[in-house]
Amino acid sequence: MSSADAVAAAESGLLEVRGLVKRFGGVTAVNALNMTVRAGDIHALIGPNGSGKTTTLNVISALYRADGGSIRFDGGELAGRPAHAIARLGVARTFQNIRLFGDLSVVENVMIGRHVRTRVGFIGALLPGGATAREERETRARALELLHFVGLEHVAGASARSLPYGDQRRVEIARALASEPRLLLLDEPAAGMNPAETDTLVALLRSIRERGTTLLLIEHDMNLVMSVSDRITVLNFGQHIAEGVPVEIARNPDVITAYLGGTLDAA
Amino acid sequence: MPKTNVLAGAALLVALALVPQFVHSDYLLTVIDTAGIYAIVVMGLGILLGFAGQLSLAQAAFLGIGAYTSGWLTTNLGWPVWPSMAAAMLMSALIGLGVGYPCLRLSGHYLALATIGFGIITQLVLINWKSVTNGSDGMTGIPAPQIGSFVFDSYGRYYYIVLVAVLACAYVAWRIKTTRVGRALEAIRENEIAARATGIDATRYKIIAFVLAGAYAGLAGSLLAHMTKFISPDSYSFDQSVVFLVMLIVGGSSSISGAILGAVLLWFLPEVLRPLKASYIMVYGAAVIAMIVFMPRGLVGLLESLRARFTRRPREAA
Repeated sequence: MSSADAVAAAESGLLEVRGLVKRFGGVTAVNALNMTVRAGDIHALIGPNGSGKTTTLNVISALYRADGGSIRFDGGELAGRPAHAIARLGVARTFQNIRLFGDLSVVENVMIGRHVRTRVGFIGALLPGGATAREERETRARALELLHFVGLEHVAGASARSLPYGDQRRVEIARALASEPRLLLLDEPAAGMNPAETDTLVALLRSIRERGTTLLLIEHDMNLVMSVSDRITVLNFGQHIAEGVPVEIARNPDVITAYLGGTLDAA
Repeated sequence: MPKTNVLAGAALLVALALVPQFVHSDYLLTVIDTAGIYAIVVMGLGILLGFAGQLSLAQAAFLGIGAYTSGWLTTNLGWPVWPSMAAAMLMSALIGLGVGYPCLRLSGHYLALATIGFGIITQLVLINWKSVTNGSDGMTGIPAPQIGSFVFDSYGRYYYIVLVAVLACAYVAWRIKTTRVGRALEAIRENEIAARATGIDATRYKIIAFVLAGAYAGLAGSLLAHMTKFISPDSYSFDQSVVFLVMLIVGGSSSISGAILGAVLLWFLPEVLRPLKASYIMVYGAAVIAMIVFMPRGLVGLLESLRARFTRRPREAA
């Protein structure tokens, strides 16, 4: 591949959102949004409260249906597909208001994340041994490996609900990673975390990227956003107001106005 | 599996197999056989409600569909009993598919209401489609199953058919619970949005659960028809569907042994309360309410917390 081709491939992006519109009754939550997430990046989506960040994520993962525009992932169209099909294509996510399978154990939560990478169905379940037993063992082993990766292997047997908040967020990340996604959507992963937990999270996000997963995250913690992101998209009132590397964003007058009317702390 | 569990399981099996050797009252054997048949319905409902979190108040209707399919095939077409049982199961499963497909797009109260509607319609069809069901008079002369020249024509003999069916159904439910399909169902119960985002086709899995619950009830209906040899529409009422639901909740909804225990306990309770005569239904109702209030996780939940208490004590003392 020539360097020009490489640049073209990078610029075409793993996820390309074009003219995305989402309305709730008379309110336009996302208005003609364009955004390109390049493969291998950690991409942050920021903006004041109510600017349409979570709505955008929910439309990408098909929890909401888009009212217009296109969402291309690796060349294929996502808009119009059901949520489970999008997960199957390699887009996983976590939730701002944590959505774990609370009554189940931590390891079971992550094993469920393997759903799209495993096959045993109803007939297979009735035939113990052989392929079924092998897949079951592999699913558990892979889930435990991921719990080790996020630092939670010691609570594998505990019920998900019993974990502290920060740990629950990491279980959600492990569950999402279990599907071996190419794109991971994270909705405020640092919300409710103390500074020490946030530091651990930053290291975790970087090592997820190193495993070859592209990240698109919504976050209010500007220190985290500025230190971890390769690129940032800024939304205000459902519209794209800026996109670029952290330094550009921190100096962008539109962004500064949208936020505080002050400078962003780029530390 | 630990050795003690295997031994306990074997002992339980032997004890279950010996029941007809010690129980000679035909009446008591009918009660026991029926309890086992109801346990099958409740296990099926356990897959739907306990695993997948979807409520059906139509299980008595599926029981009726199974009973009438089996009864009609054997008495009108002269089919042998065993293939009729399979057909009864299949018919209930297919009708479950047809009803589940539109209904499972609904959730919560709406799903419950839709299943109530289906249950009532089914009972009305059984009463009014006289050319097939013989209406309110019911269907008589349904044959007993046989293997070679051995006819399962006594309640003691029939007990073994019920026992094998209960064990087979428990095995299937257990295999589902402990593999990928069961995890998908439990994910839907726990958080449907997260389940969908994790790649689980929630509608498809809910339909699978609904069809399985229908098939379990259909098998149970067929077993009931060939045991009593007479069926009539009044047994397949909305009230009976509610009884199945109560059995499951009293037993412990997401546990297979809970489904069996709940069915057996609530089927025997009226027998125990029989001396109370007219006031029995009041005591029965109060007992059910007390069980639900004091054992929110069902009988099985109660047993688990008792076991946890007794196994933890010595360690804490040490």
